[in-house]
Amino acid sequence: MGIKILTEHIDVPGIETLEVYRKHGGYRSVEKALKTMTPDEVVEEVKTSGLRGRGGAGFPTGMKWSFLAKPEGIPRYLVCNADESEPGTFKDRYFMQKTPHSLIEGMITSSYALGANTSYIYIRGELMFVLRILEKAIAEAYAAGLLGKNILGSGYDLDLHVAPGGGAYICGEETALLESLEGKRGNPRNKPPFPAVKGLFASPTVVNNVESIASVPWIVNNGGAEYAKIGIGRSTGTKLFSCSGNINKPGVYEIELGVPVEEFIYSDEYCGGIWKGKQLKAVVPGGSSVPILPANLITKTAAGEQRLMTYESLSDGGFVSGSMLGSGAFIVFDEDQCIVRNTWNYARFYHHESCGQCSPCREGTGWMEKVLHRIEHGHGHQQDIDLLVSVAKQIEGNTICPLGDAAAWPVASAIRHFREEFEWHIKHPKEATLPGAVYRGQLATIEA
Amino acid sequence: MAETINEVKFSDAGMAEIQRYISHYPEGRQKSAILPIMHVAQAEFGGWLSPQVMDKIAEILNIQPIEVYEVATFYTMFNLKPVGKHVLEVCRTGPCCLRGADQMIDMIKEKLNIEEGETTADGMFTLKPVECLASCGTGPMLQVREKFYENIDTEEKLDQFLETMRNTEVETPYHQK
Repeated sequence: MGIKILTEHIDVPGIETLEVYRKHGGYRSVEKALKTMTPDEVVEEVKTSGLRGRGGAGFPTGMKWSFLAKPEGIPRYLVCNADESEPGTFKDRYFMQKTPHSLIEGMITSSYALGANTSYIYIRGELMFVLRILEKAIAEAYAAGLLGKNILGSGYDLDLHVAPGGGAYICGEETALLESLEGKRGNPRNKPPFPAVKGLFASPTVVNNVESIASVPWIVNNGGAEYAKIGIGRSTGTKLFSCSGNINKPGVYEIELGVPVEEFIYSDEYCGGIWKGKQLKAVVPGGSSVPILPANLITKTAAGEQRLMTYESLSDGGFVSGSMLGSGAFIVFDEDQCIVRNTWNYARFYHHESCGQCSPCREGTGWMEKVLHRIEHGHGHQQDIDLLVSVAKQIEGNTICPLGDAAAWPVASAIRHFREEFEWHIKHPKEATLPGAVYRGQLATIEA
Repeated sequence: MAETINEVKFSDAGMAEIQRYISHYPEGRQKSAILPIMHVAQAEFGGWLSPQVMDKIAEILNIQPIEVYEVATFYTMFNLKPVGKHVLEVCRTGPCCLRGADQMIDMIKEKLNIEEGETTADGMFTLKPVECLASCGTGPMLQVREKFYENIDTEEKLDQFLETMRNTEVETPYHQK
């Protein structure tokens, strides 16, 4: 059992209310920051902590904050990215639903650090029920003088609002999110200018993930140096993992970064092993966009070293034999899962979610879906595998935003590690399209 | 003068909700409230946005109707044609499929005798497969309005769910406050 920074009190009855939340030490960071620290001191602590963006990119939060432009007379904004739409990811939803005040506390302390007087939580539209939980908690915070004018007599003012999206994965990309928050289609913006200079309403803006913001109160209370002691190397602190797929105990787990992957999969404390006594086939460790890894490469690196739940270890081997920590969505596949079908499913997702601005992504995701669909449904051609690789290559790096890369990586990695399975589908269309058919290595076994 | 067809009128509670959202944004940035307003509109007017409703939203926000249409057509939560009483938004994405979402969708089609995007003859259900709803640990799952129905992994649970929905009335959540 490691230290719990985000979820220590998450199961306390009534923790969603201000009263119980405060009883468990809630809002201490607001008192401390607003009354005893300058905004720059808060930024410094976050820099020292080594906290990295928990939405997927892993960029150091304190550094992102320090890029924020501060021109005189122009408002600055903090926007919380609660658009959580990456397949496999459900940690932010779980967290906000259970302990809304934790996010609100983080928003107040972080907004103070950045000098923002109006902040927004942009939440995906499907989570209106969570929006209502947040709004209720925000109303409590206003009534207690933790939001609004002159917070706790400190002279600092902050208004906090929640804004729902309308169903679009692309709005998790920060500039698309800002477009959406301004009431437009979620088309990502060209960068530069970066949001830190010209973001929401053309003002300097920081966009941070829910979990990143919610980590700030602990850092303020205990100091960045203490936070940096947790975890391993440049992977400091704790991280929420959303675990799904064929495991015994799906759910959200907060771990100190550095737990061995093997322990994470098989220990009863976390995923609890593969369900129904099945064998592990593959894992997507960081959300649908990151490369899939076969069983032999997820618990150990190509060099035979134990793989750990850290940014560095999960990406060890690059895209040849590694993956990424991403958003911490840990999707586990048992031996009965068909990689071709799964890859087609994700390709369909990215085609569906492409905003259509950039041709390589708009057209390429459609091509990948179409080709994968025909392989999965028994109409594949021998040259289709190379065609997929070629299309993926032409999307990657050729788009305004990372959705193109996100669409290309799962396809490229599935072919890299499971090429035989794709070939089997093409060579044996009849067997491969039987219900429940799965390729199991050199000897294909068909199960009805 | 154009004739007034189907006068669109929000309820008082709906209108109050709209004004509240508009107040969250700076002067002149009222258009920012368009998505929450479309959610309110969809809840008030039968689960979809007709051209008349979208024109009304444009009028409220003091923007051109095209600005509402272009937003409404981008976001998948907004239905642009009539739907059944309960829209079954079933997750069809990878993680849910690892736990049987494909089979669940097939069962729904069979039981309700409709295909994806269709509405049952009695107007009770519309089947609308959607992408990942951030509930991957509790799949297969689906959403109806603001509620998640999770772990629907057996035929019995599906039957029970459909029966419950048949006896569920539609409510607009902000009316309950």
